[in-house]
Amino acid sequence: MQTMLNVSRRRFLQSGAAAAGGLVLGFHLPAGGRLAGAAEGEAAINAWLRIAPDDTVTVTVAHSEMGQGVYTSLPMLVAEELEVDWTKVRAEFAPADQVYRNRLFGIQATGGSTSIRSSFDHLRQAGATAREMLRRAAAEGWGVPVEACRAQAGRVVHEASGRAAGYGALAGAAAKLEPPAEVPLKKPGDWSLIGTAAARLDVPAKVDGSAGFGIDVKLPGMLTATVLASPVFGGRLKSVDETPALAVKGVRAVVPLERAVAVVAEGYWPALKGLEALAPVWDEGPHAAMSDVTIRAELSAALKQDGAVAHNEGDATAALAGADRRLEAAYEVPYLAHATMEPMNATARVTDTGVEIWAPTQGQGPIQHAVAGLLGLAPEQVKVHTTFLGGGFGRRFETDFVVQAVLVSKAVGAPVKLVWSREEDMRQDFYRPAAMARLRAGLNAAGEPVAWHVRLAAPSIMSRALPDYVKDGIDPSSVEGAADSPYAIANQRIEYAMRHFGVPVGFWRSVGNSQNAFFVESFLDELAHAAGRDPFAFRRALLADKPRHRRVLETAAEAAGWGRTAPEGRFRGIALHESFGSIAAEVAEISVAKGRGIKLHRMTCAIDCGRTINPDTVVAQMESGIVYGLTAALFGRITIAAGRVQEGNFDSYPMLDLAQMPEVEVRIVESGAALGGVGEPGTPPAAPALTNALFAATGMRIRSLPLSRHGFSAV
Amino acid sequence: MAVNLKVNGTERRIEVGPETPLLWVLRDTLGLTGTKFGCGIAACGACTVHVDGAAIRSCVTPVEAVAGAEVTTIEGLSSDRGHPVQKAWIAEQVPQCGYCQSGMIMAAAALLSDTPRPSDAQIDEAMTNICRCGTYVRVRRAIHRAARA
Ligand code: FES
Ligand code: FES
Repeated sequence: MQTMLNVSRRRFLQSGAAAAGGLVLGFHLPAGGRLAGAAEGEAAINAWLRIAPDDTVTVTVAHSEMGQGVYTSLPMLVAEELEVDWTKVRAEFAPADQVYRNRLFGIQATGGSTSIRSSFDHLRQAGATAREMLRRAAAEGWGVPVEACRAQAGRVVHEASGRAAGYGALAGAAAKLEPPAEVPLKKPGDWSLIGTAAARLDVPAKVDGSAGFGIDVKLPGMLTATVLASPVFGGRLKSVDETPALAVKGVRAVVPLERAVAVVAEGYWPALKGLEALAPVWDEGPHAAMSDVTIRAELSAALKQDGAVAHNEGDATAALAGADRRLEAAYEVPYLAHATMEPMNATARVTDTGVEIWAPTQGQGPIQHAVAGLLGLAPEQVKVHTTFLGGGFGRRFETDFVVQAVLVSKAVGAPVKLVWSREEDMRQDFYRPAAMARLRAGLNAAGEPVAWHVRLAAPSIMSRALPDYVKDGIDPSSVEGAADSPYAIANQRIEYAMRHFGVPVGFWRSVGNSQNAFFVESFLDELAHAAGRDPFAFRRALLADKPRHRRVLETAAEAAGWGRTAPEGRFRGIALHESFGSIAAEVAEISVAKGRGIKLHRMTCAIDCGRTINPDTVVAQMESGIVYGLTAALFGRITIAAGRVQEGNFDSYPMLDLAQMPEVEVRIVESGAALGGVGEPGTPPAAPALTNALFAATGMRIRSLPLSRHGFSAV
Repeated sequence: MAVNLKVNGTERRIEVGPETPLLWVLRDTLGLTGTKFGCGIAACGACTVHVDGAAIRSCVTPVEAVAGAEVTTIEGLSSDRGHPVQKAWIAEQVPQCGYCQSGMIMAAAALLSDTPRPSDAQIDEAMTNICRCGTYVRVRRAIHRAARA
């Protein structure tokens, strides 16, 4: 999705709006003129904030909170300019409305690590204009010049007369004023909240069970459904005898869908029992013979032909031919499931007059469009309430589970909460594509790389999700992290062979970077060893004209003690990767026991995300991204046989757990460069850092994941 | 069939199939949605509650098996987030998406009531809950913090 962002950004820059220094502010209130959840006596100053008589400020959060911290970091942007104590700030989710669109996507959606980047200017502006309105309201009330009134810690003060008023008392009058045009924003040096580890606003509700996730939604008269889609991808429901399900106590209805069957009951348990009692007959469709074997055969055949050229620099072919030493290796990664902790679910209430949806979603805009198309409504007629998300990682960008809930609610004429089992969640995902790569490189006599030729073969996500972004055979999300290498190698050629299979593919935390970082950073490590060079020094030498990258690499190496002897029996591996506008380097320190048990001792990470909004969030996201990457590297594998996914639950798709978890140390490099994302960039370097450490420890070069395939486990 | 149990200090009489897992009685019948569904096969710990003080995975515990027992859920751990584990969780800013956290907190609370000063090895052994957001380093820190409190 990085590329999606880049493309959007390019268009945006071309439009000239960015050059004017400010995004167009969505300052009108959403339809109805009131902010959702506004209580009596509260004054909405603009679409982004309202102030209560007790001085509490509620900030509207347009992005989805899936753990990455936007429920805190976005209000921080408003509060910084508003001049209000953090303890007075509350957050709430925005209703779906174009005012709340992601300014980099054009629709309301969360992904591509864009939340802060797409909100930075307009949210600060929202806070600043509100502050100016409060000052003016005070000044007019007191009959003093506005310049003599200062806003500070939730109050406006007129020092000459000693008068002061809290925002709560001023908000009513302020809301009636015309918002000022552009207000100058504070300089970074004047920030007092941005850059601090402000406490997360969602933590209290997440330690007492009161945080409302999608699965917790309850409506009057609501029924609960669960669903089984054709286990074979692309299959259709031929027929189903409903009787056995209807015999289960508590079951109200069986709803056949085109590709699935749903059972509706008084609760999840009877719905599940009802579903298990059914023996649906499927038309398995064209993919019933598909397997890992057929998919791998086609991908490896693709590597033998020229692909579409994603990047070309110099003449890689000639340079390879003329190199003193040539290296070649084939790499491979499997399909991966997202396995969000909260299984897919959504609640829909379809009535004669409209439709209302409650969902843990990253894609409010996409839901409005999908459901509007389904029911013949205008997108604005589809009301979407966003709940907390029990993980997203890209899976909740999709709308499939919401569409199901809408169809089932419509069929039974009641509000329906549709909840997937873990097995359904695992087997009906939009998977991180399986991918293969053939990498070739040439070294000169001094051991420096002079040629670099990468050929990638993988299914394309964008071809389905955002086809406009596919050009000349290149899906930018398939080559991101490979076609844009920071390393100075004079002759480079990156090719991509797009292949389609029946397995749905989608955005998985860090998208193409997740596999391409593994390919590139592993092979680079191979080159370093072939050249007899230290892997850190080898990389560093190739980053001579990339000071940010070099500093991140050095910071991680330094923090990890690179170059100093590791404790007895421990080995280190290093990897660097840029994604979503941020640069991350990680060092894995491991030991390997007899029987191939890997002990992960320590992960050291350095991150340059330009500027830090909340350092604790950045650290948490690096910890999180690292676990996500390590889990996939160690265990992650979705296996296809007879057109269906073999794994079903956490017993067959294991997760790293606390006992296996390494220590993590994160260093933030403040470069002051343009804002980068933090939700995803921690993931890509984790796998190659680990496998590079494994090479250091064992001399085994791991070229296919997961490590469990090679007999390794985590101890 | 009716099953009697005490949930967060209140006697409840529940009319459900006796094989219904406690998880769904808590969530769907009693509306105590703080306890989460993650896997349904005792593999993730999101559904962890206390039965007579011990941490159990409620997704595989038939309600009839806990008839007459005292069940404590996250909602009953404290009335004001004042349990030492909750306080430590706030201090360490543990939760990310938060979905696994009720189960994590209940597992940690049970560990600390049995083992007030757990070693890292004891924490490893007791805390087998899955956190897909990877909050493990903070979970460990928070348990040590709660143990010191
Ligand atoms: S839901 Fe009970 S252990 Fe996962
Ligand atoms: S905080 Fe998200 S699964 Fe643990």
